[in-house]
Amino acid sequence: MTSYNDFVIRFANVNGSGSASANGMFAKALFRMGIPVASRNIFPSNIQGLPTWFEVRVSEQEYFGRRSEVDIMVAMNAETFEQDVAALRSGGYLLYDSTKGRDPRLARDDVVPVGVPIARLILSEFTDPKQRQLFKNIVYLGVLTSLLNIDFSVITNMVSTQYKGKDELIQPNIHALEIGRSYAQNYLDCPLPIQVRHSEKLADRIFVDGNEAAALGAIYGGATVCAWYPITPSTSMAEAYEQHAGRLRIDSDTSERKFAIIQAEDELAALGIVIGAGWNGARAFTATSGPGISLMTEFLGLAYFAEIPAVLFDIQRAGPSTGMPTRTQQADLLAAAYASHGDTKHPLLFPSTPRECFDFAASAFDFADRLQTPILVMSDLDLGMNEITSEAFEWDDKRKYDRGKVLSEDDLDRMDVFGRYLDIDGDGIGYRTLPGTHPSKGSFFTRGTSRDEYATYTEDPDAYSKNMDRLLAKWETAKSILPSAEIENEERRAGIIYYGTSATPMSECLTILDEHGIELDTMRIRSFPFGPEVVDFIDNHEIVFMVEQNRDAQMKMLMVNELDLMPSSIESILYYGGMSISADFIVDEVLSYYQANNIPRIKVVST
Amino acid sequence: MTFVPKPRVHHPLLQFNEIGLTRRDYEGSVSTLCAGCGHDSVSAAVVIACNELAIPPHRFAKISGIGCSSKTPSYFLGASHGFNSVHGRMPSVATGANLANHELHCIGVSGDGDSASIGVGQFAHIVRRKVNMLYIVDNNGTYGLTKGQFSATNDRGSTSKRGVPNLYSPIDLVSMALQIGASFVARSFSGDKQQLVPLIKAAIMHKGFAFIDVISPCVMFNNHNGSTKSYQYVREHTASMVDAQLVMPHEQIEIEYAPGTHKEVDMPDGSVLRLRKISETYDPHDRVGALNHVQRAQEQGDVITGLLYVDPIASDIHEVLETTSTPLNQLEETDLCPGSEALTAVNASFR
Repeated sequence: MTSYNDFVIRFANVNGSGSASANGMFAKALFRMGIPVASRNIFPSNIQGLPTWFEVRVSEQEYFGRRSEVDIMVAMNAETFEQDVAALRSGGYLLYDSTKGRDPRLARDDVVPVGVPIARLILSEFTDPKQRQLFKNIVYLGVLTSLLNIDFSVITNMVSTQYKGKDELIQPNIHALEIGRSYAQNYLDCPLPIQVRHSEKLADRIFVDGNEAAALGAIYGGATVCAWYPITPSTSMAEAYEQHAGRLRIDSDTSERKFAIIQAEDELAALGIVIGAGWNGARAFTATSGPGISLMTEFLGLAYFAEIPAVLFDIQRAGPSTGMPTRTQQADLLAAAYASHGDTKHPLLFPSTPRECFDFAASAFDFADRLQTPILVMSDLDLGMNEITSEAFEWDDKRKYDRGKVLSEDDLDRMDVFGRYLDIDGDGIGYRTLPGTHPSKGSFFTRGTSRDEYATYTEDPDAYSKNMDRLLAKWETAKSILPSAEIENEERRAGIIYYGTSATPMSECLTILDEHGIELDTMRIRSFPFGPEVVDFIDNHEIVFMVEQNRDAQMKMLMVNELDLMPSSIESILYYGGMSISADFIVDEVLSYYQANNIPRIKVVST
Repeated sequence: MTFVPKPRVHHPLLQFNEIGLTRRDYEGSVSTLCAGCGHDSVSAAVVIACNELAIPPHRFAKISGIGCSSKTPSYFLGASHGFNSVHGRMPSVATGANLANHELHCIGVSGDGDSASIGVGQFAHIVRRKVNMLYIVDNNGTYGLTKGQFSATNDRGSTSKRGVPNLYSPIDLVSMALQIGASFVARSFSGDKQQLVPLIKAAIMHKGFAFIDVISPCVMFNNHNGSTKSYQYVREHTASMVDAQLVMPHEQIEIEYAPGTHKEVDMPDGSVLRLRKISETYDPHDRVGALNHVQRAQEQGDVITGLLYVDPIASDIHEVLETTSTPLNQLEETDLCPGSEALTAVNASFR
């Protein structure tokens, strides 16, 4: 039986071999045929020579989570061949280079070998050794167009667009595609029972990664200063900001730039620059990852106490040092939420999709200005660096930036007394002034602590405590401003909580669980501190699962701590292997919990 | 309470500057530093310099790190905003503040612990970035607030108050600034107001990164026999290379024609920086020569003071980044948000 638009294909390559562009083209071609796709790049912390994998999930049902079962393997890396063969599901297809015959390591009779003598095909057609290497990737792409029934014109159009202006590259690329395509048509059974066809599912959706989306959100949100230090997986966000701002933020009359970007000497300086700019009234941000957050903690504490707007994007990754850092995790929550010495806590945002990266990035600058405090947008490698089908970006031209409580020269003229840290409105937020505003009013000296409501230096204990209490009042205000949790509650017995990329496999997961007779209410956390709806959801469910991609149940800890919950009120489902979490994993965990605790299901399922 | 506002009484003899303000308008709160602290003299010199330049006091932004020196921005320019930030991190905060609004005059005050130890990396990189600011280091060779540990600028062999010699070689911030490419580098002595005030004025008017290392004795922990940062040692070992006087563009320019004793430097805003050369062979436009001089003198135990290097046509970070003439913090929503139409094209590029 033929299946359409529903498979997982994995490309096993050697990094630095030029495979990324061919693989990216594969995913984009399917997207252009209107098919929902999600791509995942599993790469080493290395420039050349180590194994790398690229996975594409093709799903008419829009299941975008990683699936551990692979239907088609393009095994182009001799070093990982054995492991790649083993990763195929029974009945899956293995595309390999058969120039040297069938690899003896292909020792499974339950998979379908698809041998193509790629190296030999290339040898007679190209003489340049570099081209021979690069075009191997294009040849297997050509083979796949026939095997999977991909619209060939979509691919050739992409080649023409990609090399526009470098016309001498277009013809050899198309030639390489045709070599693969005609070999497959002549010698292989085409197409396979697993194939694609044009779909109408996408409407106006886009194919984009979260970092680029967040960079555009920062531009739309009015960020003018970006200071950053290179660190995977956040680097592409700063680079995308520079690239897009270089186009969207140029003064049409003078060609001057309406933004400034600094690659700082380290993450300390990056956040220092952001805080200096924020203090002086420019919307500023940095993009970093866990180790950067560690270095930024001192400044985060200062910005919390000195009440300076700043936006940080933490594109989370696994563990310290090198190696696992090119894998994904959600393991910086505690480090970010309570970053720094003294009593500090910081609002966090948890985007789940590229569209939400865009929206939260733009809104984060409003939140930071309104709350006069650092806001951390907690993305991760999976979301940040992988292209996935997403809702298109939208912007309401009537929308106005919320610059928060900033006094103008006229405002100050109308005031008798200015007190930077006076809580006039009862929301814990004082009025601030920017340097240079007024000749005689509104100037103040910014410090961490040791100040009264008029920003005057003091070491008085009561003044200190009062200030700390006001900061708590501001924390309460934050709950009413930040995005509330997204809840689907049909008053079922059990609910499941998730956030960020743990949401990606959830629709698939719920469908599978439903087949097993388990129905769950859902709550997607979008920000910290938690609003009242979060505690309501937990209180109203007998069983509450929480899905996280870290070892220590960090979101649960935040909830237990901030909402005064019994730790046993939340059952954790934790994945921390560094790949993105799959629906299978969550389903297995939920099922074992039901079995272990003898919990009755909605309907009896015959096994 | 350690904050004492200064009484604003106008002394009849106080002179008004060109914008009708007096020196009092450029002062801050009363210093809480030790009596006789060199840092207070530096603050006083900043007050005089800013008053003489007749820049409205609220058009400055003062940034500091942590330490005795970093407290001093409270003690001058009370009408301007100040930011006492994080130990060793003043340079990054100043960079951000300057990026947000290039129209404000940025004064950064730091110390030798702040700039030569914990913040030596940030010091090096702000020099590279050409931030348009005056960067003052109140250099006393010691950690005052933590009671007298050696700092990294302390000379090898110089002794602590208890007579213990420093075992490690010093970091010379002036040499570093010269080597990394600062466009204005000077050294002075807190007790030499005549030299320090014109240097500060020239540094504020300099468009680019201006660094002044001010030897500023710590009366509590580093002003004894055996210290090379004491009042007595510095007075005895100072070799003044180049004195500077800034003549504003609208002032009558008087030039003394004493051959071999003056050097005039045209500044881009039309003002003239007039340098009195003690040493006739000294060329303040020669970066390599300046480095040589400073290090030769150091070898002999001398402290070279004065304007050591200036590049009168220096550029700053905003020129490098090609930012708008309107300060970034004053751009409106219409300048910043590309709008829904542009977003339609952006979306199309992702299909």
